[in-house]
Amino acid sequence: MQFYLPIAGISVNAFVLLGLGGIVGFLSGMFGVGGGFLITPLLILIGVPSGVAVATGANQVVASSISGVLAQFKRRAVDMPMGAVLTGGGLLGSTFGGWVFNVMSKLGQIDLFVQLSYVLFLGLVGGLMLIESLRALRRSDKAKVRRAHVHSWVHRMPFKMKFRTSGLYISVIPPLIVGAMVGFLSAIMGVGGGFVMVPAMIYLLGMPTKVVVGTSLLQITFVTAYTTLVHAVTHHTVDMMLALLLIIGGVVGAQVGAKVGVRLKAEQLRILLSLMVLLVAGKIAFDLLVTPAELFSVAVVKP
Amino acid sequence: MIRVLLALFLLTLPLRAEEIVSGVSQTGVAITTSFDGAAILIYGAAIRDQPTPEGPLMEVIITVEGPDTPLVIRKKERVAGIWINRGAVEIASAPSYYAVAATGELSDILKPSEDVKYKISVTQTIRVSGAAVADQADYLAALQRIKAASGSYKLGRDTVLLLRQALFRTDVTLPANLIEGTYKVRIFLTRGGQVIDLQNSQIEVHKTGLERALYNLAMDRPLTYGVLSLAMAMLAGWGASELFRRLRL
Repeated sequence: MQFYLPIAGISVNAFVLLGLGGIVGFLSGMFGVGGGFLITPLLILIGVPSGVAVATGANQVVASSISGVLAQFKRRAVDMPMGAVLTGGGLLGSTFGGWVFNVMSKLGQIDLFVQLSYVLFLGLVGGLMLIESLRALRRSDKAKVRRAHVHSWVHRMPFKMKFRTSGLYISVIPPLIVGAMVGFLSAIMGVGGGFVMVPAMIYLLGMPTKVVVGTSLLQITFVTAYTTLVHAVTHHTVDMMLALLLIIGGVVGAQVGAKVGVRLKAEQLRILLSLMVLLVAGKIAFDLLVTPAELFSVAVVKP
Repeated sequence: MIRVLLALFLLTLPLRAEEIVSGVSQTGVAITTSFDGAAILIYGAAIRDQPTPEGPLMEVIITVEGPDTPLVIRKKERVAGIWINRGAVEIASAPSYYAVAATGELSDILKPSEDVKYKISVTQTIRVSGAAVADQADYLAALQRIKAASGSYKLGRDTVLLLRQALFRTDVTLPANLIEGTYKVRIFLTRGGQVIDLQNSQIEVHKTGLERALYNLAMDRPLTYGVLSLAMAMLAGWGASELFRRLRL
């Protein structure tokens, strides 16, 4: 069944999109990530223009993160003040990212920029996660000692604020920077940025693991919603039809994935996730390095 | 007196021994949700008020041209190991869609001077802007190659069926990735490479129904559209998790 996408301007088989959404939803449900980092490159692969893929990817992440954040609210695992600070930074970063996206589009380097961002961030995060979880797997039988307060440079900055749910008294500057960074990535790569934010919250801000997922989902929901609006208003690149098909596939896949996820051990899940992240990074890096079949590309100039 | 006037009137008419009468199977193409391209039949006949002239045979060339757009063609070069867009050629206008159907090889049935005059072959329809680049020909060849691969440029020899030097027909397929607008259809009759008659007609391509509504909303009221997209996403995300929660019970 062919579906004509009004904004992307191409005709795609609806089952391909539902399946794509379903697979990504399955993986995201299993690993507890938004899945934007998979959906955007896959959309580009099936011929969706990169601008539309990024904007619609962000819209899809809104759907997948909203159900997650609602579930976390019920468990009281969301640090609202921290979420607000992260969101504030996220909006700034997203605005800046949107501007960079525009400049790079005009220079004709947006595809390269998006690809390099993917290789860099996915490679870095995937690599770190793999090393960390392999280590954790090896010493899993030994008892872990977790110190409640690790004083680092994060604690010596001004503008300190109390984050009761997280049990933290730290400066607002580091969370603002983390939020801004993730917002920037959201605008450039069409991702939620959970894969960057979750490690940053644990290792940089020292937040307890139980509130990390809920709080990051809160920030992701707001920032991707904002990113979607920015792209819709400035570039007219959000394809509602495409988003709807992806979301339908995605929400069903996510529920199935979540059920499979609970049967696996946390370390195993993280190794699988890191391998998947590295696979995507590797594929994109390979495309940048290998001689392309077609050296030329054609782009329509927007008036 | 009337006879004189009539004679004068006839003299002012261009001298056309052969004239085209033609039609297209549809004058409008509606892009709906299930749009997957369209097939258009273009048919016609050459009408003569004299016996068929001696000499070279009559040939038919039919072109279908979509709305023009400005383009930029970029070329990748290897820089520090990775492939980056380096060179670029700007195209002031190129047809978004172009199909040429003919009774034979274009070079055999059309003189180059006539091609330039009527802008029939694809190369004649592309206008380069800005300063010329050394390897500009490579860029233009690439544009045609890429457009041909996506089904946007078609050059078919022997794709017009000509019966008894009079009746002709061709099928033109419009791909799914169509731009909205007026598609110009031109029919040329040639003899010995010379154009002896030409007829224009049009096909209107436009989005309809939901496609039309969504596209217009996205372009004219982007904020409303964006908010609507978000509402749809949130409702779907929330609705699905609620649905699954209840199903489990």
